[in-house]
Amino acid sequence: MLRTILASARTPRGTLLAALGAAGAITAQNAPALAHGFAGERFFPATLITDDPFVGDELATPTVQVTKNPAGANPPSREIDTTFFDFSKRVTPNFGLEFAATWKHIATKGVSTTTGLADFQTTTKYVFFRDDQHEALMAAALGWQIGGSGAPRVGADKENIYTPTLEFGKGLGDLPDSMGLLKPFAITGTLGYAVPDRGHTTHDDGSVDIHQQNIQWGFAVEYSIPYLQSFVKDIGLRAPFNRFIPVVELSLSTPTEHGNRETTGTVAPGLLWVGSYYQIGVEALVPVNTRSGHYVGAIAQFHMFLDDIFPTTIGKPLFGGSQ
Amino acid sequence: MTSRSLLFATALLLGAAGPASAHAFLDHADPAVGSTVHGAPAEMHLWYTQDLEPAFTTVQVLDASGKQVDKGDQRVDASDKALLVISLQQLPPGVYKVIWRALSVDTHVTEGHFTFEVAP
Repeated sequence: MLRTILASARTPRGTLLAALGAAGAITAQNAPALAHGFAGERFFPATLITDDPFVGDELATPTVQVTKNPAGANPPSREIDTTFFDFSKRVTPNFGLEFAATWKHIATKGVSTTTGLADFQTTTKYVFFRDDQHEALMAAALGWQIGGSGAPRVGADKENIYTPTLEFGKGLGDLPDSMGLLKPFAITGTLGYAVPDRGHTTHDDGSVDIHQQNIQWGFAVEYSIPYLQSFVKDIGLRAPFNRFIPVVELSLSTPTEHGNRETTGTVAPGLLWVGSYYQIGVEALVPVNTRSGHYVGAIAQFHMFLDDIFPTTIGKPLFGGSQ
Repeated sequence: MTSRSLLFATALLLGAAGPASAHAFLDHADPAVGSTVHGAPAEMHLWYTQDLEPAFTTVQVLDASGKQVDKGDQRVDASDKALLVISLQQLPPGVYKVIWRALSVDTHVTEGHFTFEVAP
């Protein structure tokens, strides 16, 4: 993706596209993630910039992400991405679909302010492994960024991008009791391969975008205060402080073709608060290297658990009962 | 989608279904999770975040050898349906394990276990 940006930068039109494309590259990595889930005693919250190995009935609205000069965009820009609709639906207890739509607002210093829809994103996911005793899950997912569904003026790609992904989650609740304070830790992770359906796009002005294949990978490490208090040791925290889950996420992209293959991405430390019906999350977005950007951004999300709000109607799987 | 249509869609969604409930998480217990108490408690109290379905909610208290030391009389409190209570036998000093499985009134199942210690 980043090579695409550099290729675009050869022309004045390309300069703007480069800024927008850079923003899009980072945004694609940080596409809002859905799904919370259980494995045995473990409740896994929905993380914000990496996906979880769960399917669910959920609605995140909105997810707001603010970044400045993403990937060193030139001229400088500030981008606000608002994912106003991020919906996840279980078809069966282990098979689900996700759909996300994002509105982008890009203010480029000395040029203009540009707004428009990003490409729609869908994900099909199947949880194929669950071990409640060891708080472990694995899922296979296929992401589809629908090329041409967004506005080119905000850097939306014309090509489809397919991303088969393997996802996992593991809680540490099966550690021995002597390591009790480590039991609230859990990790989720993803490993995917993003494949555009065309190798390049030639624009009317002659500029060429090269579409890279990328390894998309990341993980989230979380420490669950609810788990600590309910299963290990009650340290006396009461509402609302007993529902916090500190988390650090890492979302990375590594090109596998052509030229510079430097990994780019974001590390996102933050805090989640999980209630019975909804979750609120806030994280900082820190570029992992200069190629990923120079400024710290932020992301915040309001996330509703439809399976808890509407357990007998739209919150349950279409087929196969609940779980 | 405009913000007005988004609000409408959300309102429609929120109004489309029956009463809400949720997973019953263990909020706190007495004796507390991971605590040490001096003297044998007569009962175990478990407070959940949601009302419980008594017929399908269970709790057991075991000693270090796995022997059941509760009296098997678990009940959901009549005035607080999120409170699960079970009477205990006379507990000598030692570490005890509480195993619970809760069904909230909307049929979501949660489960868990924890320990507490009785000291002289």
